[in-house]
Amino acid sequence: MPAITARFQLAYDQFSLDVDLLLPSTGITILFGPSGSGKTTLLRCIAGLEKAPKGFLEINGTIWQDSEHQVFLPTYQRNLGYVFQEANLFPHLSVEANLQYGIKRLDKRPNKAGFQNLLELLGIEHLLKRMPDRLSGGEKQRVAIARALALNPDILLMDEPLAALDFKRKQEILPFLTRLHQQLEIPVLYVTHSHQEVAQLTDTLVLLEDGKVQASGSLSETLSRLDLPFAQDKEASTVWQATLIAHETDYHLTRVAIAGDTLSLPSIDAPIGTSLRIQIYASDVSIALEKPKATSILNILPAIINDFTHDAYGQCIVQLKIGPQSLLAHITLKSAIILNLKCGMPVYVQIKGTSLLN
Amino acid sequence: MLTSADLDTLLLTLEVASLATLFMLLIGTPLAWWLARTNSAFKGLINAIVSLPLVLPPTVLGFYLLVLMGPAGVIGKLTTELGLGTLPFTFPGLVIASVLYSMPFVVQPLQAAFTSIGQQPLEAAATLRASPLDSFFSIIVPLTKPGFLTASILGFTHTVGEFGVVLMIGGNIPDKTRVVSVQIYNHVEALEYSEAHWLAGCLLAFSFTVLLILYTVLKTQPNVQQLK
Repeated sequence: MPAITARFQLAYDQFSLDVDLLLPSTGITILFGPSGSGKTTLLRCIAGLEKAPKGFLEINGTIWQDSEHQVFLPTYQRNLGYVFQEANLFPHLSVEANLQYGIKRLDKRPNKAGFQNLLELLGIEHLLKRMPDRLSGGEKQRVAIARALALNPDILLMDEPLAALDFKRKQEILPFLTRLHQQLEIPVLYVTHSHQEVAQLTDTLVLLEDGKVQASGSLSETLSRLDLPFAQDKEASTVWQATLIAHETDYHLTRVAIAGDTLSLPSIDAPIGTSLRIQIYASDVSIALEKPKATSILNILPAIINDFTHDAYGQCIVQLKIGPQSLLAHITLKSAIILNLKCGMPVYVQIKGTSLLN
Repeated sequence: MLTSADLDTLLLTLEVASLATLFMLLIGTPLAWWLARTNSAFKGLINAIVSLPLVLPPTVLGFYLLVLMGPAGVIGKLTTELGLGTLPFTFPGLVIASVLYSMPFVVQPLQAAFTSIGQQPLEAAATLRASPLDSFFSIIVPLTKPGFLTASILGFTHTVGEFGVVLMIGGNIPDKTRVVSVQIYNHVEALEYSEAHWLAGCLLAFSFTVLLILYTVLKTQPNVQQLK
């Protein structure tokens, strides 16, 4: 059920934004695009930090902006949480005072248990007495996320919250975000240009370019669309939702179910029934016309060729269907011609490797 | 030794400087805030007007104020109409003149402090439910405390040290407008060098101590423009 309606039109000297979006009321929606594509501007318009001259914004039935009726709620009256690229903690206040800053200004104090939960979820209980300049970059950003969520907002807006961190710090925060993702019941709008964050966190993907929405939809659908830049990318991949069904301890493998089929993955330390998110790189997928008999590759699935295209460098990008799921394969143009690939053709895919995202 | 007349001028000087500093902060803070934020075409003009006392001889400023506040001047006519009489050679007149004269010493450090803070803390505060006025007092003032201290100290000491404007607009009336700098001048004119030494020594010690505090304890670095 769409719960966020956002329409904005705004023009600067070199840049214009023109979007019309319906977004779901739960889950993480990622606003993805190159720098200058307008994703941060869109987020700032939603927060009211930027005022689009023409705009309509409705969140869960509350209208925050309606330029036709001269309605524009200032940022401080919008029930939102905002996480900036730089943590933006107040340097003169301790971590605890930073967390309390917003809470003190609410009409209704949120319950203490929820706050305690949040501290645990983000692993910052031991930092409360510290001043912001005594925190690492990753700790600062976790405090900033807690500060925003402590307000019990109707929506959480995150503007490249990991972009200012180095690789190690990113790896430190991503698990927290994944946990948040599973526990939060509010919609999250998340701006990024990182493929890793997209694959790991997204439910809904909005692709922006030059201030316009190029595509929006579910992650697996959008990632495998051949008309979008994702599929052409060297690191193109598909993300599947899978369920853990068995452990093969002798081989250090775990079997998971996806759309009526099963895959073998390197051993995963989780109970049977766990829902998993796995990523399959297009470069790890090869295609055979007949079921390969003698091969070292474990994961061989029947598939149907749905569509294909090729780029200017001799690479063929094939979109396959396995049941309702899509899968991308990158093969050479020469192979595609030798195999005489056609749309609707039944084939077998060999998946050389998978990576687990949660 | 300091005579009782000398002590009176010292007290009067402190009174003028304290009051003037208070008014400068009240007027200068919103002015500096506006100058630090605005993109208005008038920004340059207002900046130039506020900074004018930095380059103008104090007697020139005093002269124009005397004309404006005198019985024939625009302000003078207004104050007479309001039953306040005319302002020159009165204590309020002296305070008003001091405020105008020392204003850049308050506005410039504040403006620099506000500019250096940038937009980010304010935006963060807005997303945490703080209204603009609320975030000014809860975030901006604490973060720019050194700027406020520098502004107050510079405004105060500069008012204490003024002479030209005082002479033009305040004159030399004991207990009403006779401040320390004028009293030193009186002593020298009367060849009372030892009395002049005492008062001058007081001012020198005061000014030096204040600047020492500014540079060592507060570790502020007023730039050349701020100190003229």
